[in-house]
Amino acid sequence: MLRRALRLRLGQCLSGRGLGTYRGGSTLDCDGKVSKIKKKIQSIFPGRAWSPLYDTSHLPPERSDVVIVGGGVLGLSVAYWLKRLEKQQGAIQVLVVERDHTYARASTVLSVGGIRQQFSLPENVQLSLFSAEFLRNINEYLAVVDDPPLDLQFNPSGYLLLASEEGAAIMERNVKIQRQEGAKVCLMSPEQLQKKFPWINTEGVALASYGLENEGWFDPWCLLQGLRRKLQSMGVLFCQGEVTRFISSSSHMETASGEQVTLKRIHEVHVKMDHSQEFQPVECALVVNAAGAWSGQIAELAGIGTGPPGTMQGTKLPVEPRKRYVYLWHCPQGPGLEAPLVADPSGAYFRREGLGNNYLGSCSPTEEEEPDPGNLEVDYDFFQEKVWPRLAQRVPAFETLKVRSAWAGYYDYNTFDQNGVVGPHPLVINMYFATGFSGHGLQQAPAVGRAVAEMMLEGHFQTINLSPFLFGRFYFGEKAQEHCIL
Amino acid sequence: MAAPRASLRLVAPVWNRGTSGIRGLSKAVDPEGSQRKGRTLLQFLTDHFYDVEAVREYLLRKQVLKVQKKNRSFTYIEERYGPYVAGAYFVLKQGGAVKFRDREWMRANEQGLSSLEFRKLQEVPVEAVDASGCAINYQGLDNLLALKELQSLSLQRCPHVDDWCLGRLYHLADSLQELSLAGCPRISERGLACLHHLQNLRRLDISDLPSVSNPGLTQILVEEMLPHCEVLGADWAQGLKVGPEEQSPDAAGSPIPA
Repeated sequence: MLRRALRLRLGQCLSGRGLGTYRGGSTLDCDGKVSKIKKKIQSIFPGRAWSPLYDTSHLPPERSDVVIVGGGVLGLSVAYWLKRLEKQQGAIQVLVVERDHTYARASTVLSVGGIRQQFSLPENVQLSLFSAEFLRNINEYLAVVDDPPLDLQFNPSGYLLLASEEGAAIMERNVKIQRQEGAKVCLMSPEQLQKKFPWINTEGVALASYGLENEGWFDPWCLLQGLRRKLQSMGVLFCQGEVTRFISSSSHMETASGEQVTLKRIHEVHVKMDHSQEFQPVECALVVNAAGAWSGQIAELAGIGTGPPGTMQGTKLPVEPRKRYVYLWHCPQGPGLEAPLVADPSGAYFRREGLGNNYLGSCSPTEEEEPDPGNLEVDYDFFQEKVWPRLAQRVPAFETLKVRSAWAGYYDYNTFDQNGVVGPHPLVINMYFATGFSGHGLQQAPAVGRAVAEMMLEGHFQTINLSPFLFGRFYFGEKAQEHCIL
Repeated sequence: MAAPRASLRLVAPVWNRGTSGIRGLSKAVDPEGSQRKGRTLLQFLTDHFYDVEAVREYLLRKQVLKVQKKNRSFTYIEERYGPYVAGAYFVLKQGGAVKFRDREWMRANEQGLSSLEFRKLQEVPVEAVDASGCAINYQGLDNLLALKELQSLSLQRCPHVDDWCLGRLYHLADSLQELSLAGCPRISERGLACLHHLQNLRRLDISDLPSVSNPGLTQILVEEMLPHCEVLGADWAQGLKVGPEEQSPDAAGSPIPA
């Protein structure tokens, strides 16, 4: 019956053409019409998005329990743990809104991909330890029936952080904290360092800390695709669009001490489609801000920071995009297979890439030298003036290197204390943050996703206590400063 | 429940195929999926019925749990008899062989493992372990790393030993002299990079590793990394072809003058 209907329509289409119009192109036009009719009939069947007026299959659904703004590794990790920790299978509808499905400017895929436990805050060490365990067992966590297992291309080579005289005491204190949390880090003197890695110039190095287990680097694209694949099998919806508006309602409350507080609740998220003015209002219960470098803009849309400065209402989310370069060079006499990711006290770092004597590395610029984050153009002069001299001083073999290529990416830089923001906003009560990790978001993403999911489902952190990373610290001025930032 | 038929392919995915390219992993861009014209009945059912998918996920999970159960640590034996006996018991239970100092190789026999022998061997260190083909994974390696005087370790053809496990072998750096990783499907050159801690190693066998992308080059790099060690494995000339001068000596002619 379906085929007869199609043939009838085809016949009408052929005879409906007037004289002298599109004789040659009529067959092509009819094929297009046929497929459109087929699509319309298919959309009437149960299980498809049907709208009597026009085709809406490209739009996100009209309502969803949780809307996650940002489809990078943090957003997908939150979605994964929400679906995994839900009480009943299929209880929570999750929608992930990602502006660019090619991830051309996303920090996740442009990252160097390192994972380390050598941090100064115990919470950061715990987050990295759990994330390492997640990556190690990734084929148990993200297993999908009938799909091949994931190969993260993990290099367990470790991180080697070098410290000068001034930083040696801080490094020893940090290593003590890391060992208390269970990280396997060893301290090395300059003589031991010279013996183990003869290609290092130990001048100016007073102490070195070398991560022995669970540290190294991996392929972030593979992790992202693995998460996407698993989420699709768990029933999470993906949508390509941009969040342009939040519709919210406010209610005035009085605290116990008599202060007036305005609490806001987001009811709808307007998702605008690519290259058109069409948008879909998605009704939601919870919103997760995992937009990475653009989290500040999303927070402003929700009205965070609009208020007199010095109050909680006037406290903005201090996350902004900062551009960072990564250079790839070839050095035929460079360090061999055993080279870890070496970080100089001056801030320059490098690691081996592949087997062909290629190396990746860069340096974080100081506040004065910060490049303009408007575009992702690479400045090779920065390498010539700032990165190369420091690397050549540390590894003499790098004096003869040749730069092959370079790229730039964004850090979702937290200007307050360079650590992540997790948890709900005190006033916009249904917006949760999972952003601001300033360069170590990828390596902590699985653990942060679990923490945010626990906060959303239970109301408090259950496994790792991330209370020092809540939003309130920006208003109260309590910095959770991370000293080891690369 | 009846055992599944072989043709229905309820077995866990093959580990060797994982390195065929990262971008080929997403469902949308799956080269193997598009070439697979005749999909089996089971896969069709899995795509259309949640129940079938749930059962298959459960069976997959059961296989993983089976391996984890084999690799649990025997804390009672360790407290009672010490780390050497606990490690030996672990290896013997998995089907491997153990050699205590000044004793012969021991393997589990049909009657199982008798505990009488172990009481005598509490203080005797284990010198060599042959865990070929055993289902040892990252967790189970704890038992082996407690054997501080181990001199020879053979992990040939172990299906669950991967790069993460090699990153833990530095615990045995003081005593380990011989290591064999031949035929392990999950080990790649990235894991071999962390063997540089084992400075006392004298013999290393890295032949027949399917996940290593460039066996000849890897052999050279590992030899450079461990100068005192004899590295057996790929012949470094195996990837090279005969050059044109040797193929046709007549056509070589005289070199072009500078």
